[in-house]
Amino acid sequence: MSGVPQSLYRDEGVVLRVQKLGEADRIITVLTRRTGKVRAVAKGVRRTKSKFGARLEPFSHVDLQLYTGRNLDIVNQAESIRSYGPAVVGDYRAYTAGTAVLETADRLAGEEKEPQLRLFLLVIGALRSLAEQTHPPGLVLDAFLLRAMSVAGWEPALTDCARCAEPGPHRHFSVPGGGIVCPSCRPTGSAMPSPVTVGLLEALLTGDWALAEASQGTNRREASGLVAALLQWHLERSLRSLALVDRSEPGAPAPVALPDVHRLVGAAQLAGEPS
Amino acid sequence: MYEGAVQDLIDELGRLPGVGPKSAQRIAFHLLAADAADVGRLTAALQRVQAEVRFCVTCYNVAEGEQCRICRDPRRSLDVLCVVEEPKDVVAIERTREFKGRYHVLGGAISPIEGIGPDDLRVKELMTRLMDGTVTELIIATDPNLEGEATAAYLARLIAPMGVAVSRLASGLPVGGDLEYADEVTLGRAFEGRRRITA
Repeated sequence: MSGVPQSLYRDEGVVLRVQKLGEADRIITVLTRRTGKVRAVAKGVRRTKSKFGARLEPFSHVDLQLYTGRNLDIVNQAESIRSYGPAVVGDYRAYTAGTAVLETADRLAGEEKEPQLRLFLLVIGALRSLAEQTHPPGLVLDAFLLRAMSVAGWEPALTDCARCAEPGPHRHFSVPGGGIVCPSCRPTGSAMPSPVTVGLLEALLTGDWALAEASQGTNRREASGLVAALLQWHLERSLRSLALVDRSEPGAPAPVALPDVHRLVGAAQLAGEPS
Repeated sequence: MYEGAVQDLIDELGRLPGVGPKSAQRIAFHLLAADAADVGRLTAALQRVQAEVRFCVTCYNVAEGEQCRICRDPRRSLDVLCVVEEPKDVVAIERTREFKGRYHVLGGAISPIEGIGPDDLRVKELMTRLMDGTVTELIIATDPNLEGEATAAYLARLIAPMGVAVSRLASGLPVGGDLEYADEVTLGRAFEGRRRITA
């Protein structure tokens, strides 16, 4: 062990994911304000007597002291700045949207220890909004994904043609093309989203929440489909949590197991309930 | 690299959780040097587990035969159901000797980042068990971490319209610990779940 300089450093960050390691340890992936993405070992946090196990759960904004290890850094101390977890898990839609935010941030942050301040601020903003329920969770997720792509240099063109910059508006939308395309640049297989949906994407990207919240379910679904397709095209792989995001309307029953309930009880008994 | 059979044994042992290449080698050589009777018992135990142990058809706990020991026990109450993530959790709760009802093992917790959604757990089977109205109280005993809490919130929302009382295990301070060392999340929960002392 000698000869390896152990340097301590301190940073604040959001815990993106945790993985079990050995008997009682965890590897935590943190997106920090100054250092970028860091993977670090948190020793003994799965024991019930751990002093900082509860602080190092996903969705936690923490102040960390770490020391540089040989492969992974090691968490030395952790203090909560704000824990978004308890507020987010209470609402299943916010939880699934929040998990997709964290997974996207993990993928977009790329290499470890490359500072990603703008992405960090976007993650904090999205989690705060989900925890405080300021906007519908599905819209918060799509706004985050669009802005995170924009920070990564993949901002979709929403008015002028993505290829020749011919001033818009145009009707066609191409995921490989990078957004809205003009009739002459249009590759085969381009989508034709409704102009209202494109307006919603623009509102989400620029933060026009009044316009975004006034949108209808069909446009929201179309918009989130386009955002997911763009993101997964750029990442060159699919995001596991994106498929599990619950985009049902508030107050509606949970989306699973209900067909069976209908079959077992008979539709008549459930007729009085919202479906 | 060793020859044929020895290397195969080391490779197989090395696939077990927590067993690295060095430990696999050590166990393999221990088995080579051990009595034939000892090795025979180990082989028989492995084969028996493979042949006889399966999941209980009612609660999905590990069982020998159709139903597990708890589901077969007529003294266990039918109206209280405790939902846990893994069969290991059943054993942990059984050790308390506090719970006299029956169990339902989900087989994990909702974790979108691992690609595990409600459809991958035994949620439908739980709903089917609740259908006939025998169960009046459901205790959700998923792990007190993020995935466990999200699973509990999800189940509570799903079950609320069915008229079954749903409760969640309390979280708070560990017995024998010091208050000053408790983290703020746990201490906050302990405050939230405080109870009146009846004199």
